[in-house]
Amino acid sequence: MDFNLTEERQMLQDTLRRYLADRYTTSVRNTILDSDSGMSAEIWAGLAELGVIGALFSEEDGGFGGAGFDIATVFEELGRAGVVEPMLDSAILGGRLIAALGDDTQRGLLEEIIGGAAHLALAHGEPASRYDLTRVETTARVDGDEIVLNGRKAVVVNAETAGHLIVSARESGGIFDLDGISLFLVPAGTPGLALHGYPMLAGGRAAEVMLDNVRLPQSARLGAAGAGLAPLMDVIAAANVALCAECVGAMQSAVELTRSYLMTRKQFGRPIGTFQALQHRFADMLIELEQARSALINASGHLDSADRDRQIAAARNLIARVGRLVAEEAIQMHGGIAMTQEYELAHIAKRIVMADHRFGDADYHLERFIVLSAA
Amino acid sequence: MDLNYSDEEKAFRAEVRAFLAENLPAEVSDKVRRGISLGKEGHEKWHATLNARGWLAYNWPREFGGAEWNAVQRHIFEEECAAAYAPRIVPFGLSMLAPVLQKFGTKEQQDHYLPRILSGDDWWCQGYSEPGAGSDLASLKTRAVRDGDHYVVNGQKTWTTLGQYANWIFCLVRTDPEAKQQEGISFLLIDMSTPGITVRPIALLDGTPEVNEVFFDDVRVPVENLVGEENKGWTYAKYLLTHERTNIAGVGFSQAGLDAVKRIARIETANGRPLIENPHFAARLAQVEIDLMAMATTNMRIISQAASGQAPGVESSMLKVKGTIIRQEINDLTRRAVGPYAMPFASEAVEGDNAPIGPDYAGPVAAHYFNNRKLSIFGGSNEIQRGIIAKVKMGG
Repeated sequence: MDFNLTEERQMLQDTLRRYLADRYTTSVRNTILDSDSGMSAEIWAGLAELGVIGALFSEEDGGFGGAGFDIATVFEELGRAGVVEPMLDSAILGGRLIAALGDDTQRGLLEEIIGGAAHLALAHGEPASRYDLTRVETTARVDGDEIVLNGRKAVVVNAETAGHLIVSARESGGIFDLDGISLFLVPAGTPGLALHGYPMLAGGRAAEVMLDNVRLPQSARLGAAGAGLAPLMDVIAAANVALCAECVGAMQSAVELTRSYLMTRKQFGRPIGTFQALQHRFADMLIELEQARSALINASGHLDSADRDRQIAAARNLIARVGRLVAEEAIQMHGGIAMTQEYELAHIAKRIVMADHRFGDADYHLERFIVLSAA
Repeated sequence: MDLNYSDEEKAFRAEVRAFLAENLPAEVSDKVRRGISLGKEGHEKWHATLNARGWLAYNWPREFGGAEWNAVQRHIFEEECAAAYAPRIVPFGLSMLAPVLQKFGTKEQQDHYLPRILSGDDWWCQGYSEPGAGSDLASLKTRAVRDGDHYVVNGQKTWTTLGQYANWIFCLVRTDPEAKQQEGISFLLIDMSTPGITVRPIALLDGTPEVNEVFFDDVRVPVENLVGEENKGWTYAKYLLTHERTNIAGVGFSQAGLDAVKRIARIETANGRPLIENPHFAARLAQVEIDLMAMATTNMRIISQAASGQAPGVESSMLKVKGTIIRQEINDLTRRAVGPYAMPFASEAVEGDNAPIGPDYAGPVAAHYFNNRKLSIFGGSNEIQRGIIAKVKMGG
């Protein structure tokens, strides 16, 4: 066993950490949060230039990584700095779906994605689907040479910036069937496509996406008809590794901020970190953070294994539980200051807690783990 | 032992319920239910409605125009108000400053300020915490120096809730820097329009315009605005805190929150079934309801003692700790109940009436989860409360 990062990943980690420490300060990030686009084109270009996006793709797809540990390395640093730019959406969910399923023309987008010139969004979840990946009510109907989409997609992150949406729609079967889900590459601005955008509590933007007789050529089809669920589950598995890593990075920051606050904040004539009641709770945060890091390693190392889904369910359940503990305890031990947007921890805590709402909270992943363990 | 309310208490509850049914406008309760801010006017209107019925100052003695309810009546009223999604009564003037003025103020101060609290002419805010004085409140540094008929005040207060609406602030200030910490503090009433006062809003993590910093730069305050004796302010502050701690358990809020999350969980589905039937979610819900049932009884036990004249001691610290844990757990369950629709930031919805993005109950729940982290921080953090409990019970 070897728990060290490879030389390349170590370099990537160092470079990315330095770049974000210099460029992604609390005040820069708060400006981004208040901006209309909810992201910084400059930061995005900077990340692309550093090779951060390329690290999330394999060599055959034009990148230089793409494994679970590459994803973990990148997202841990993004999480540490509380980055809100849509790396999960454009690269992991969008880019990797195109890498997996795209024909030669569609794969042409990969270069633009990796170079930072193009954005993508995955429009899969629907108002009633919650975290259930199989529930798809949006329909796709073949009409002569065309495909017609109808339906509504919920909380589509990065929809407004994306040049293309990857839309899932049902071509056959009932709304819970595993088969019959197809994927389509829908260019922004296609007639019948309407976006209602809004900011999100933990940063970034999303939109409700309405599809009203959206007509597409057959060439918009991504992958085989009715076979979209398996590739969706693949990219969502990668997204879950990314979310685990983002939370671990963010928790690391929360713990660091708490440590230095406990050592410097004085009440009753002494640093509050000298009170044993707080020392023990701080120690518990550290113990749980190590658990979270190990769970992340388990998930990252199993991204391409047969035990993938069970490992990922375990990691997301554990990290959701630890995340809540760390976010809440960090705020509590700081007191009011942690509730102000100007203080770094406020945003970090929101990133940790709100990760619960993407692809499943602790309960959802607990149930997945139980089902997969029984199988 | 008798767990039932008396006939009189039941009749009182019916009276409160009937009043709320008749006088609480649906658009107001709808805003409260959805967590939308009422704004200054909204609060003032509701105060006026209660005042017209003589119920605004329900904790005041009759001689000052109050209803002088006992602890059980107050509890019933608070429970009914929470269940009906009535706005909470803004406490700063009514239940924080007023009891201090009634006990320690001069006749002139009582005659001047108390009616203005009832009429809504004055909106008070609280100037206690400072950047360096949070849990250790007695280390506060804001200075007041006597200069003829005035005190000259310099310093900074923080976490001033709804200070943006206030025209008056009651402040703890240091008048004797040489004395032991608690002994050099005075209690001053300050007109917010006095030159030298600056109010700056603090941006909170959930976007709520709720708390402020208040700066004092050579602010001249007439000496008649001193409450009680100079350098005895800490005594009055402690007296005020005992009143701040009424309804500290928040049983009514928890009950209303639990009802709300159950309603949401009946609408939301997981795996094609109502969320409320999901065994994991149902177990969490049951756990917190079981805790709440026991705490409601603890609360009533303490209220009964208070109604029979015994002053609550560490029990109010216990209620604060347990009550906030339960409320925060309900906030967490509610956030989780709405799934992906917790993610949109319904900042417009905080002050406006914009159409919700997802289901109308989803908009504010994640913001509330974050905002209510304050419950275990303010009014004496839960760490301070635990310290009090241990100290008292171990005779320290």
